[in-house]
Amino acid sequence: MPGKLKAKIVAGRHLPVMDRASDLTDAFVEVKFGNTTFKTDVCPKSLNPQWNSEWFKFEVDDEDLQDEPLQITVLDHDTYSANDAIGKVYIDIDPLLYSEAASVISGWFPIYDTIHGIRGEINVIVKVELFNDLNRFRQSSCGVKFFCTTCIPQCYRATLVHGFVEELVVNEDPEYQWIDRIRTPRASNEARQRLISLMSGELQRKIGLKVLEMGGNAVVGYLQCFDLEGESGLVVRAIGTACTLDKLSSGSAPNTNTHMHPNTAPASNACNSPSKDGKESPLAHGCRSTHNSPVHSVCSSQRLSQNFSVSVPTLIFTGMGSGGSAGKEAGPLRTLLRQQTQTALEQREFPFFTLTSFPPGFLLHVGGVVSARSVKLLDRIHNPDEPETRDAWWEEIRQEIKSHARALGCHAVVGYSESTSICEEVCILSASGTAAILNPRYMREGCLDIGCTDHRFEDPSPPSCGFCHIPYDELNMPFPAQLTYCYHCRRQKVPDVLFTTIDLPSEAAVAGKGCLIQARLCRLKKKAQGETNATAISNLLPFMEYELHTQLMNKLKLRSMNALFGLHIQISVGENMLLGLASATGVYLTALPAPGGIQIAGKTPGDLSNEHISSIQKRINDTIAVNKELYQINPPELAEEGVGSPIPEPRHRSRLFRSHSESSDELSELDLSHGKKDAFVLEIDDTDAVEDIHSLLIDAPPPTGFYSCNTENMPGISNWTSGVQMFTSVRVLRLSNANLTNQGLNKIFTDLCENLLKSFYFKLRSMIPCCLCHLNFTVAVPEEELIQVTVTAVAMTYDKEQTQEKTAEKPVNKGSLEAEEQLQFPLELCADSSSSNIQTASKISGVAESTNISPRAASVDYGSFADRCSTWLELLRLKAHTIRRGSVKTISSLERCSPLQEGRSRSLRSSRSFGGSSVTVVKMTPLSFLPGIRIIKYLGIINMFFIRETTSLREEGGVSGFLHSFIAEVFAMVRAHVAALGGNAVVSYSMKECVFMENPNKNQAQCLINVSGDAVICISETDQESSASTANTGQTGGGGTDGAT
Amino acid sequence: MSVELDVFVGNTTIMDEEVYQLWLDGYTVNDAVKVRMEGGVMDECEASKDVLLSDTMDQYRTFQMCERLLHSPAKLANQLLFQIPPHRQIMLIERYYAFDDTFVREVLGKKLSKGTKKDLDDISAKTGVTLKSCRRQFDNFKRVFKVVEELKGPLVENIRQHFLLSDKLARDYAAIVFFANNRFETGKRKLQYLSFQDFAFCAGQLISNWTVGAVGESSIDPSYNMVEDMDVDLDKEFLQELKELKILITDKDLLDQHKSLVCTALRGKTKVFPEMETSFKNLSRGLINIAAKLTNTKDVRDFFIDLVEKFIEPCRSDRWTAADMKLYLTHYTNSAHILDTFKHQVVWDRYMGVVKSCIFKMYHD
Repeated sequence: MPGKLKAKIVAGRHLPVMDRASDLTDAFVEVKFGNTTFKTDVCPKSLNPQWNSEWFKFEVDDEDLQDEPLQITVLDHDTYSANDAIGKVYIDIDPLLYSEAASVISGWFPIYDTIHGIRGEINVIVKVELFNDLNRFRQSSCGVKFFCTTCIPQCYRATLVHGFVEELVVNEDPEYQWIDRIRTPRASNEARQRLISLMSGELQRKIGLKVLEMGGNAVVGYLQCFDLEGESGLVVRAIGTACTLDKLSSGSAPNTNTHMHPNTAPASNACNSPSKDGKESPLAHGCRSTHNSPVHSVCSSQRLSQNFSVSVPTLIFTGMGSGGSAGKEAGPLRTLLRQQTQTALEQREFPFFTLTSFPPGFLLHVGGVVSARSVKLLDRIHNPDEPETRDAWWEEIRQEIKSHARALGCHAVVGYSESTSICEEVCILSASGTAAILNPRYMREGCLDIGCTDHRFEDPSPPSCGFCHIPYDELNMPFPAQLTYCYHCRRQKVPDVLFTTIDLPSEAAVAGKGCLIQARLCRLKKKAQGETNATAISNLLPFMEYELHTQLMNKLKLRSMNALFGLHIQISVGENMLLGLASATGVYLTALPAPGGIQIAGKTPGDLSNEHISSIQKRINDTIAVNKELYQINPPELAEEGVGSPIPEPRHRSRLFRSHSESSDELSELDLSHGKKDAFVLEIDDTDAVEDIHSLLIDAPPPTGFYSCNTENMPGISNWTSGVQMFTSVRVLRLSNANLTNQGLNKIFTDLCENLLKSFYFKLRSMIPCCLCHLNFTVAVPEEELIQVTVTAVAMTYDKEQTQEKTAEKPVNKGSLEAEEQLQFPLELCADSSSSNIQTASKISGVAESTNISPRAASVDYGSFADRCSTWLELLRLKAHTIRRGSVKTISSLERCSPLQEGRSRSLRSSRSFGGSSVTVVKMTPLSFLPGIRIIKYLGIINMFFIRETTSLREEGGVSGFLHSFIAEVFAMVRAHVAALGGNAVVSYSMKECVFMENPNKNQAQCLINVSGDAVICISETDQESSASTANTGQTGGGGTDGAT
Repeated sequence: MSVELDVFVGNTTIMDEEVYQLWLDGYTVNDAVKVRMEGGVMDECEASKDVLLSDTMDQYRTFQMCERLLHSPAKLANQLLFQIPPHRQIMLIERYYAFDDTFVREVLGKKLSKGTKKDLDDISAKTGVTLKSCRRQFDNFKRVFKVVEELKGPLVENIRQHFLLSDKLARDYAAIVFFANNRFETGKRKLQYLSFQDFAFCAGQLISNWTVGAVGESSIDPSYNMVEDMDVDLDKEFLQELKELKILITDKDLLDQHKSLVCTALRGKTKVFPEMETSFKNLSRGLINIAAKLTNTKDVRDFFIDLVEKFIEPCRSDRWTAADMKLYLTHYTNSAHILDTFKHQVVWDRYMGVVKSCIFKMYHD
């Protein structure tokens, strides 16, 4: 008997009136776990019943403890007819299973009914007694900690990063079965909620088992998703990064090492063989694409066994190497380094990491974004215990990603994520990540003793620019690209533009502030069925990706920036259209060359509309100038350049030569032959192109006092004050006009996104100066003529005064100094060093104040995309898309310096205290940290799934009223669960799913929401000193079994 | 192309005080947007009309969802649906229970019944307060009335604790409840010049001096404190005792004695002394007749109209100033103490104390 679960029902309050005659309720409670049910007494005629029940005890296997939720049902007793259900509470008891997390769940939970929403609250106490010894314990993966956070959680230290874990479970969707009969909404909704709860429990347990097998004790960056495949079933899948985490006591030593564990999967030889590459169609330089045979039916006759799959050409957005000159000094070392790392990493099946931010020194080089998409036709899953097809599909995609990364000379993929979009029987599987080279030190086993000096020896690149250096071989470039010497160290090559899916590394040197950059695209498609449909979609995808990137690149140039972080491209499929939305945070990395302007050119030299073109050109130049001002992008040397002019040509050319030494000469010569090297050229060859340029200029900058980004950290802002407002917004647009063009749709979609942003700015105007962080847009096409956009983000206030101050005193030559200081503690892999929280890092390690101001190391290349596009161009010219060529503007190193990230040290002014009201204030944020607040304990993962349905839509205020109250209810339930665990905040919160369906004619609507996050206890940093001792005792007391400290 | 659905939900519920006021004032969403546009909020954040409309809709929905909680404000503090900082909760409640003086003046002293509610559209037309706002205010009165009706203990304190209102607002509600319970007539043309605040002051005087609770406060018996309706109903015993004051007008000697004492004291101190002298008997009769009749519920209702007709109007036609009035009533009250044969000093003080301050308050244009 491995465990005893105990539950006590204390009281209820605010219950609904169930008996019209008396205006009262005779409530009792059923407590169910597994197949055992207990009941409380009936508390007659009360809306605030006091049950004060005995302890209900369930003796169960720990496997069940992990899979099953505790189900609490509140009912109204009825002597003559069946008892009426008031509502339910599902309590996930997983947080009680790790020794150091919560010890008791106790508090008021909203009683939830899928038809009526929240109906009062119930006070419950839950405890778990585990009898088992450690060994027994381990067999069921109890005790493996899960974190949604995509960095090493605060107050932990990663001693080993084991690598990628994935799992999926499938089941029949009970909802679908209900439809066949006369559907009873409450029963079918509850069946679904319960099933998904069970499936996520099972999934988590299975992942936990894998982690234990690898020797880890935690999963970081845990990402769980649902695929509601309709007829073919329900898939719950998850990915994460297995780690061995040690709890950090506040006084722990700063130099603790982290190592990658190489002993995962056996070496897969296939990786090294070029067999996969053989399939790649040599479409273009800019595009790494794989085409499987478009259609292959495994078994021809049976509909059910039909297996249709189209792998879509994929783009890798990276900087590709040019001349090999960089190898002079660093070359041998780097080769050595690469060999070491590769051997360690190549042994793994998938060297993927779901983390998006890393401790300093972890990432050596970043290649660029790699992504793969595949269009599949869904089939009924025959045997839920062996979900082979789904596994195989993902396996295929991951292999593709891996080979893309390899082509970029990288051995690992970081910031990795997977997603799906389903419409009827068509499913698009997508995966993306950032190809990277990791520090081999983290890959080796048992090298804890390797010290800082070693590190310094191995990697001569300063952390503020090392990430940007190209990881691939310059002599063997996959694509032609514009490379220059790094503007920081001048020793190695960097691409002109860098795209990544990860967060801006904390040590990266940036100029000015970052901003949200979005590319939006709609493409109509004909309605079709089955394979025809899938083929049509897969034919459209590469064009969409191409266009999205064109837009991104143009907008990046328009903002005078040269790198994108947190790039997330979502392609959503509907019956008659495809929607594409790419979001990223643009930033100016000082290690990369300054972006050239954008130059407009007519199709032919003697184009008639010269005046028109020059007016557009002027607008673009003005916009660039305004943006430079707005985002404070002013590396000193740019002043002499003259802001408005998009590059004086002859002068520039000479510079280009200067910097492209030796072997790169040939390349630059070649590039020059294209003419107009410096500026990014937009060719206007038809009306579409004009439209595109116009739409480029539509994006309104945020109003004064606002900044926005979609990453964890806002480049250029760090002095947060205490104001935090997390929000979710949903907007659905109905397209009434049946015969819309692509252009018209694009305009509508762009306006939809822009208007949403405008609404946010307006609503949050009282928080100025403020930044919208982690803006996460999700698009969907729920019905034929509907477009749904869901946004979750957090608005955070910052101290403007301080920012300006810091800008003013921005040290000019501090970069190298910082780097030196940085090296003293390069090995610390705890959350505090994860860039957001450098203040705390220093506190923990007891380091001098100066380390607080560490430059952020950025990384990830987006190679000279523009040139690669010229090949694409040939392919796409018929489609008359925007044509771009790009090039690098080079500036001599002497002029260059590294303006530091301003103001690393955080304002400690905030002092919000909790309490006061009878309801605990629970803060929520999609970020992994809260400003001015220090997380002292992680209580466990929150992963909740709710269905809400109504048959009286009008009475509930229409669709908006219905969804508004549902989202508010979901927030309330998350907060209540966190509070019951003893927590006061949720970090890394996200709304994974928000599926909304309506039938206004029947006055009905239904919505499914899935949310997740990490429940934490945190304290204000100002209280930190005083409460440090108590926090410590709390930690050690709670974490008795883990002897980490 | 149309926006089918548009919601924005914050973890901390976002509420704009200006929009809240517009909602409370019964503006439709479109009217509210117009008002906001005129108010210049658009310039603040480069907002467009659509943005304003979307924001207003969101807030209106939020307020509607909150309204249920505002009906029993104590719930607002321990509900889980909306995370609202305490100071915002206080603001929400205070504003929700605030009312227009012009509106309350119309329903003051009326029965808070369905019948009155039906007349709200007339009141709305007359006062310019929107019907929606009238309904909210009326329902608030009714709700407070119903709740305190069933509670024991001091009225103002009950209202304050149960509805979490400020002291000032709780006192105003106490006045409204008190007027509604005793059905004081306030609607007559002659009373039109009086504001709600005049009546609220008088109600406060009556509650703290003439009710059962008023005696309870001074008495030592603590059980007295918990009499039902102790602050809502007038002290019957006291009303009975008031009949004894009649002696001041029925006994000729006493009346003359009283008059001469007052006149001696006033002579030379005011311009209107001759008028005071001539009207003394009339005025005294007026006040004491009011006192003597208060045992009849009907006459209680007419208390204020009687004060105006029997006392204030005659004085005003004689052009007494407020200072004259004060002087006169002070001496009128005090002189009665010197009368040897007048034995009802306690009742006299309890009566005149209230009447005096009520008349002071009511004696204006």
